[in-house]
Amino acid sequence: MAITIRYFASLRETLGPSESFELPEGVSTLGRLRDALIGRGGRHAELLSRDRALRCALDQVLSDEDAAIADGAEVAFFPPVTGG
Amino acid sequence: MPRVSIQSADFDLSTEVAALRAGDGGAGAVTSFVGVVRDRSEGRGIRSMELEHYPGMTEKAIESMIDEAHRRFELRAVRVIHRVGLLQPGDQIVLVAVSAEHRGEAFQGCEFLMDYLKTQAPFWKKEATPHGERWVDARVADDRALARWGIAADNAGSTR
Repeated sequence: MAITIRYFASLRETLGPSESFELPEGVSTLGRLRDALIGRGGRHAELLSRDRALRCALDQVLSDEDAAIADGAEVAFFPPVTGG
Repeated sequence: MPRVSIQSADFDLSTEVAALRAGDGGAGAVTSFVGVVRDRSEGRGIRSMELEHYPGMTEKAIESMIDEAHRRFELRAVRVIHRVGLLQPGDQIVLVAVSAEHRGEAFQGCEFLMDYLKTQAPFWKKEATPHGERWVDARVADDRALARWGIAADNAGSTR
């Protein structure tokens, strides 16, 4: 399944604004996706580390890490929001 | 008139309030909140602030918040404007304006929307100071403000 991953704010500055991603077998939720990206090592491991408070969205709706990912989904990872 | 605008241009409070009230003789109360860029943050002078957002999601998220505000309070109309891009100290950032028949609902609706927006709307602020640029940290106090309305923010206090 191919999805789009978007990054914002400090994540975007290091990882870039977006990437296309082919979901490996068994990576069916946002949490497992985050773990898979951490598994790349390097900057992804550092920026998406479980030590960091991050939020995620699925198809432009805030979601938690249990959310299931479908083919063609748009996923986003970002730091806690600071608008208003 | 759209309920939500995300824009780089400035807004005029009295123009927006007049538009909110236009033709609505039943609105006895209008409340508004304007957020402004301060000239100091964390003990440092601010030269400018950059506001990033998630195009598409930002509008959707705030529209949902307005729907929730209408469910909780007897509101007649709501208008939210949030600016993005490069702002200077003293610039207006955000407007939340609410009309209702009476003031209790109008005050509460406005405060609820600001508390909601602060912790759930996908914006990120980056401040430029004489010491360099820094991304603003989310505040746990904002999570607590939303908790008063019975909503778990999970923002500054995000679970890992």
